Amino acid sequence: MEKAIQVKGLQKSYKQHHVLKGVDLEVEKGSIFALLGSNGAGKTTTVKILATLLKPDGGTAAVNGFDVTTSPENVRWSISLTGQFAAVDEILTGRENLIMIARLRHLKNPRHVADDLLKRFGLTGAADRKVSTYSGGMRRRLDIAMSLIGNPQLIFLDEPTTGLDPEARIGVWNVVQELADSGTTVFLTTQYLEEAEQLADQIAILHEGRIIVSGTFEELRKQFPPAKVEYIEKQPTLEEIFLAIIGKKEEK
Amino acid sequence: METTKNHFFSDMSVMLGRSMRHITRSMDTIITVCLTPIAMMLLFVYVFGGAIKVGTDNYVNYLLPGILLIAIATGISYTAYRLFMDMQRGIFERFNSMPIARSAALWGHVLTSLVANAISVAVIILVALVMGFRSTAGILSWLAVAGILALFTLALTWIAVIAGLSAKSVDGASAFSYPIIFLPFISSAFVPTESMPPVVRAFAENQPVTAIVDALRALLSGQQVGTNLWIALAWCVGIMLVAYIFAMRVYKKRV
Repeated sequence: MEKAIQVKGLQKSYKQHHVLKGVDLEVEKGSIFALLGSNGAGKTTTVKILATLLKPDGGTAAVNGFDVTTSPENVRWSISLTGQFAAVDEILTGRENLIMIARLRHLKNPRHVADDLLKRFGLTGAADRKVSTYSGGMRRRLDIAMSLIGNPQLIFLDEPTTGLDPEARIGVWNVVQELADSGTTVFLTTQYLEEAEQLADQIAILHEGRIIVSGTFEELRKQFPPAKVEYIEKQPTLEEIFLAIIGKKEEK
Repeated sequence: METTKNHFFSDMSVMLGRSMRHITRSMDTIITVCLTPIAMMLLFVYVFGGAIKVGTDNYVNYLLPGILLIAIATGISYTAYRLFMDMQRGIFERFNSMPIARSAALWGHVLTSLVANAISVAVIILVALVMGFRSTAGILSWLAVAGILALFTLALTWIAVIAGLSAKSVDGASAFSYPIIFLPFISSAFVPTESMPPVVRAFAENQPVTAIVDALRALLSGQQVGTNLWIALAWCVGIMLVAYIFAMRVYKKRV
């Protein structure tokens, strides 16, 4: 398998604070990789280094075969970053945001690209409204749509569903799944264990500056005591009730 | 693979288009920028003006250059504000992780500052005309006035860039402009420096605003500008270069 990301011994400190103390990880091309960790574990720092926004203090990191410190420009051509805070322009409309990014990626037909993405992400109706009027879920969808422009080989999603309602979260999950199905590598960070379990082919847990475990969900499960069999009445979760009532489950 | 250098100008024009939309969609910023200088002009002309002896019967003519500088100093605080908000909201992170010229986003803000301030200056000159401002300046003199104002705007804009990039809060991003707005008061902008006590006068006569105001006033009234023009230009270019070097250093550190 070809590697989309190879990281060895990655180190990063902010002044006295040693955030990354030697992170090792590998991500296979076309897979969904989830980096799990609590707040402040260094997930965002890792993403920023891989997306060439920060320089590492030590170790090596290669993205799509390019070293992030020696050929950042090549890395930038092959990736897209959806940061933790929706990186959209609030004063522009949804359509203008998409056209702006398409023009910055020097695509032939920015309007056409924007129209396609608006349709695909269910934003056609809101296309000409200012983004400041959008809901959190719409903003996130626009944010991800902006990241897809130019068809990058690898997309970073830093906590894509933090702060979203369950419906919007499922919308984002569907997008991530579609991306992976079309061959794009997805590197996502999350605090929600369920999200990693649902989506990821590979999971790594970042704790106190190091990857403490990694593997597929099955592999992780084998490292822990076998599941006990218990018979309990299956109650619907609140999320299931919520989604059943509003009747929009699985709808994009 | 293409290099990003080839696209610097097209990237910058996208950025300029973006922040110009920010301005046209929030015209209140232009109005706020113009309001204080216009109020000051009304106050000084119709309230204090009668008691101020400047050796000319048209106090609006005397006052206008200083008022324009105050307007520009107010205007650039919005440049710092817009830059600060971009840094906060993560849109700069998106731009910087894309294969575009790294400084295009910054230059977009700088050019926007220039255009926005040009609009405010034009509005204030129109109000001054209504209040009795008259100029005997020819085309060349007006061009020189525009040039000095543009250089002054650029010099202050690069200071605003430093503030916008390094501020920790919204208030901090715009607070730096208060001392700059105050500078024209201790200059020849409102009263002749001869009327000031020695220490204040020494400061007033050797600070940039006096040279710039005197040069603008001479150009607008069709008099010989003399060395003031060169002193004014030297101040503008000097401040601009120093601020630019520092701003770029801060920018490289932040992105």
